Amino acid sequence: MSTYALEGYRIIDFGWAAAAPRATCLLADMGAEVIKVETSKRPDPVRFGPDNLTRDPEMDPLFHSINRNKLGILLDLTRPQAIELIKRLIKISDVVVENFSSGIMKRFGLDYDELRKIKSDIIMISFPGVGSEGLLADVVTYGPSLAGLGGLDSMVGYEGERVLGMQQAYADINAALHGAFAIQIALYHRQRYGEGQHIEVAQLETLLSTMPEPVLAYSMNRKILGTVGNFNYMMAPHNNYRCQGEDKWVSIAVLTEEEWESFCKAIGNPPWTEKQEFADSYKRLMNRKELDGLINEWTITKTPNEVMEILQKAGVAATPCEDTEDRFLNPHFQEREILIDVEHPATGVDWVPNVICKLSETPGGIRKPAPRWGEHNDYVFGELLGLSKEEIERLVQDKVIF
Amino acid sequence: MNKTLAGIKVIELAQFISGPYCGLLLGGLGAEVTKIEEPGVGDISRRCGPFLDNRPHPDQSGLFIYLNRNKRGITLDIKKPIGRQILIDLLKDANVLIEDMPPQLAQRFKLEYEHLKEVNPQLIVVSITPFGQTGPYRDYKAYAINASGIGGMSCIIGDPKREPLTPPFSLGNFQTGIIAANAVMFALMAQKRIGKGQHIDISEAESWAIFHTGNVVSSFIYSGRKRTRTGHRTPSPYPYTILPCKDGYISMIALRGSEWKRFLEIVGDGKVPEWYSSDERFQDRLIAGQRYADILDNLLAPWLMAHTKKEIFRRCREEHVPFTPVRNMGEVVNCEHLNQRGYFKEIDYLGEKKFKVPGPPVRFSRNLWNLNKPAPSLSEHNVEVYTQDLGYNQDKLVQLQNSDII
Repeated sequence: MSTYALEGYRIIDFGWAAAAPRATCLLADMGAEVIKVETSKRPDPVRFGPDNLTRDPEMDPLFHSINRNKLGILLDLTRPQAIELIKRLIKISDVVVENFSSGIMKRFGLDYDELRKIKSDIIMISFPGVGSEGLLADVVTYGPSLAGLGGLDSMVGYEGERVLGMQQAYADINAALHGAFAIQIALYHRQRYGEGQHIEVAQLETLLSTMPEPVLAYSMNRKILGTVGNFNYMMAPHNNYRCQGEDKWVSIAVLTEEEWESFCKAIGNPPWTEKQEFADSYKRLMNRKELDGLINEWTITKTPNEVMEILQKAGVAATPCEDTEDRFLNPHFQEREILIDVEHPATGVDWVPNVICKLSETPGGIRKPAPRWGEHNDYVFGELLGLSKEEIERLVQDKVIF
Repeated sequence: MNKTLAGIKVIELAQFISGPYCGLLLGGLGAEVTKIEEPGVGDISRRCGPFLDNRPHPDQSGLFIYLNRNKRGITLDIKKPIGRQILIDLLKDANVLIEDMPPQLAQRFKLEYEHLKEVNPQLIVVSITPFGQTGPYRDYKAYAINASGIGGMSCIIGDPKREPLTPPFSLGNFQTGIIAANAVMFALMAQKRIGKGQHIDISEAESWAIFHTGNVVSSFIYSGRKRTRTGHRTPSPYPYTILPCKDGYISMIALRGSEWKRFLEIVGDGKVPEWYSSDERFQDRLIAGQRYADILDNLLAPWLMAHTKKEIFRRCREEHVPFTPVRNMGEVVNCEHLNQRGYFKEIDYLGEKKFKVPGPPVRFSRNLWNLNKPAPSLSEHNVEVYTQDLGYNQDKLVQLQNSDII
């Protein structure tokens, strides 16, 4: 019995940078055969990311994280022979994934209409930043700038102060998760009805679908929110509080009266908890600055873990704000193996994030490390396409494949 | 009509955002989603708003309306044994259960997967909790700010000297919801092969800690480098920052040196300004970004403060500089591009006013999303589900109502 949910599906992945490679990473974890296509002229920039201090393309930790379980081929896509090879590969595949700027696939002769001629029920997915059509379609965006265009950044900053922004690629990763879901939907649809299709993940739209609250605040009441900090209009206390140690913080959130009472009791019912200003949730919300100051006086005497233990025992939501090292050492995350070590020939061992959810019967898993440049040319062109050794050698000599 | 998931029956025993967003996606693609709420109380998102003119009403909360379109809504008190028996009846004929009970409660109610699979071996059960079904924190509580705290998101947003900031609103819950939707599809795809359902364990803390913040762990192991809060910029090659202009903020990220040079030429009216080209400190963009970013911010300020977002965006677009305005939500909702693409959907509100909600997250060429049916009022589909689906007679229905089971 197979332990892989997506075994038997083949995905041709032109994805590079962030969004598309992460989407296919999810599917590869579940057993899909993902063939990552790299072009010699334009290497995946993630091979040379800020954490790759060596500049060796086989040493980038982020690349290893999001491309594990994939096969890698390397060719020169500006050569017609390379496009012919790709077309033969698509003929025996289920899904084609790309996140190039719009127009590039068409220039390769690999747009959806062309792909359908090669394989009528092919599934194709594209990840344009703001969408392939529309007034802004030409705008070049990066994951972090989409948070600006989508309004998210305008609310990230200390309450009422200047905009700081998310400073990370939330929009990319969000698009990747939705893209992986969409691919599965299309596969399921094809299984039932025999039809392929083209999916467009316009990352700006996908971002907005995950932030209905501020969209609705405007569309219902014409209310434009500025920077919100850690303010939550239903909860007080609701903040990150300073603890003992350097840059150590604990998050505490209280929603119900019952939780408030437990909270007061757990911190030893200091006299201020009886104050009129904090008598109900509305008053606590109105007087939250004063409340936060008083809570800080308590948390600063403890470590984040001590606060968590005390409050969780009382049924109050509290967790440390953990950095990379904290999460790596966290006993809960260790028991659940959210990070896992994978051997890689270039680095020795990579620590990469594990499969994203735990399935009891088909858990998926990490079977192999990220591919080295062109590592699987022989398997893909030889075994899958049936090219002879001599043919492959000739293609290498002609610099079609590498 | 969307037929992709037609015939798939989903029971949604979940509230707020994570579970309901998963249900919304499945329902929008053709599944029949039946949402179970506590009698007289309902989903907490019924109380979240926003409400038109700030007048609260349980059937008129914007968040609830957005998340629960195209679902049938029933009430059922699973704290009572009869309520649990009715739930079991519903599950006998269902394909998917989305549930967010604390693990202890599921155990006490004998509603754990081990019991449910006896009732229906084909059932796919998605359990969504803050910390998952195992591990020492299994029974701990966490709201969004707690999940983003332990998940490693908060410690990288905000000023390095001040408290970490949680991502605003409920982004983490939406991440959990889409992960759950992926997991349901994994299980549906596997079902044909393994011939049965399965249990899926999803943790809200891990929605951040695995996919969003887990990718940096190798870097930490190799180099000891920890990502921390860095205010309005990221210490990458300059610029990777958000800076104020005349009427707001501009998001300025240039991955390529050529992009940055073209922007400097805009600032210098055709050539890179003297103050930049003659200063040694700025010539290596990485060093500039890590050491001299404050100085550069200040030198750029006079030009930025003399121009509006719109002017800067127009000039940047003309010169293929990928800088974009930081738009506020009014500008986003009124965005011509998004509206021309038909992204926002209009929802009828009390039959008179209409307002826009975000559209579906993804576009399929084969079929449109099914999201036109409004969210159910509390217990709206009780009669339909209990009499038609379960075959209860009128007497039983009245009896269940009178004993506050439904």
